[in-house]
Amino acid sequence: MDENRENRFIKYLRKDRLPHIFCAGCGNGIIMNTFFNGMEMAEMDFEKVVMVSGIGCSSRIPGYVKCDSLHTTHGRPISFATGIKLANPQNEVVVFTGDGDAAAIGGNHLIHGARRNINLTVICINNNIYGMTGGQISPTSPKGSFGSTAPYGALETPFDLSKLVKSAGATYVARWTTAQPVQLSNAIKKALKNRGFSFIEVISQCPTYFGRKNKMRSPIDMMKWMKEESVIKRRADKLSEEELEGKIIVGEFQNIKEPEFSEKICQLLESQCTTGKAMVTKSAYQGE
Amino acid sequence: MVDLMITIDEDLCKGCNICTEFCPRKVYQKSDVLNKKGVHVPGPENEDKCTKCQLCVMMCPDQAIKVDEKVDEKDED
Repeated sequence: MDENRENRFIKYLRKDRLPHIFCAGCGNGIIMNTFFNGMEMAEMDFEKVVMVSGIGCSSRIPGYVKCDSLHTTHGRPISFATGIKLANPQNEVVVFTGDGDAAAIGGNHLIHGARRNINLTVICINNNIYGMTGGQISPTSPKGSFGSTAPYGALETPFDLSKLVKSAGATYVARWTTAQPVQLSNAIKKALKNRGFSFIEVISQCPTYFGRKNKMRSPIDMMKWMKEESVIKRRADKLSEEELEGKIIVGEFQNIKEPEFSEKICQLLESQCTTGKAMVTKSAYQGE
Repeated sequence: MVDLMITIDEDLCKGCNICTEFCPRKVYQKSDVLNKKGVHVPGPENEDKCTKCQLCVMMCPDQAIKVDEKVDEKDED
């Protein structure tokens, strides 16, 4: 196709691999668009972006983007990203991960990344189900939702990922759905500019598995559901817990400034090189 | 004078119809005709209603839509 007639986000994608493998109406494509839009708004250098992903539908995104990317083992993208960031702190490392990747198998890596407050941007695409493997219930599936492993409805209480990461020590936490792309790209812009661990949870649609098993067969039905069920955080603070049953609370949960991990490492190296000894904390092995 | 052009790339569109539903001015219409890939590609039927909010460009999961304006040389400084 003529280059002037192309979508404005195609220039960031590997054209030879398009159209991508995602189902018709999958939210991953929308999240790609909002990420590029947020990146443009944050005026970031695309050459410095490194994308890291684990395993899952959402983790196929970096394969389509024309930047340095790493497709890693299941649940471990944040560990690999920590290594990339510390080896070369001027890189802007972005982790694309799914709910199975971040909450189920890689839950520990997620909370320890947040605890260290390392300068990563983690975009967690939460589609409430294990979409790639056949629609099994995931740790974030809402109570009572159906899946191939829960024919009578899920009984467990789902993880609130944003709350978890906030209490683990992340400095920027926000949650939006794919039906609110403008707010989502603003959040991505803020997350990219934030120096510290930034976590964005995007509630996304999976019409093929979650929608089909929960009476929302088309992507439009799913997006309408997300739009109707979402409550902005400011309003949700005033509502009781019964009223918030089954609702999606969206908004910004955390936006603070804390010392960042890779900077601390750089300071440590600097002080070690100039004085010969590390003077960050009082060591038990160090004499008076 | 601003002339508007909406293009939908038939090779990329998968026919999810998110654009027909979420366009605030209902510019897009569903189509009954299958293209060579077996997809009902929606068409921009009411182009004159478009306000260039670019929501469809951001909402298209397959990066198939382009909305641009052809600005006359007179308007440019």
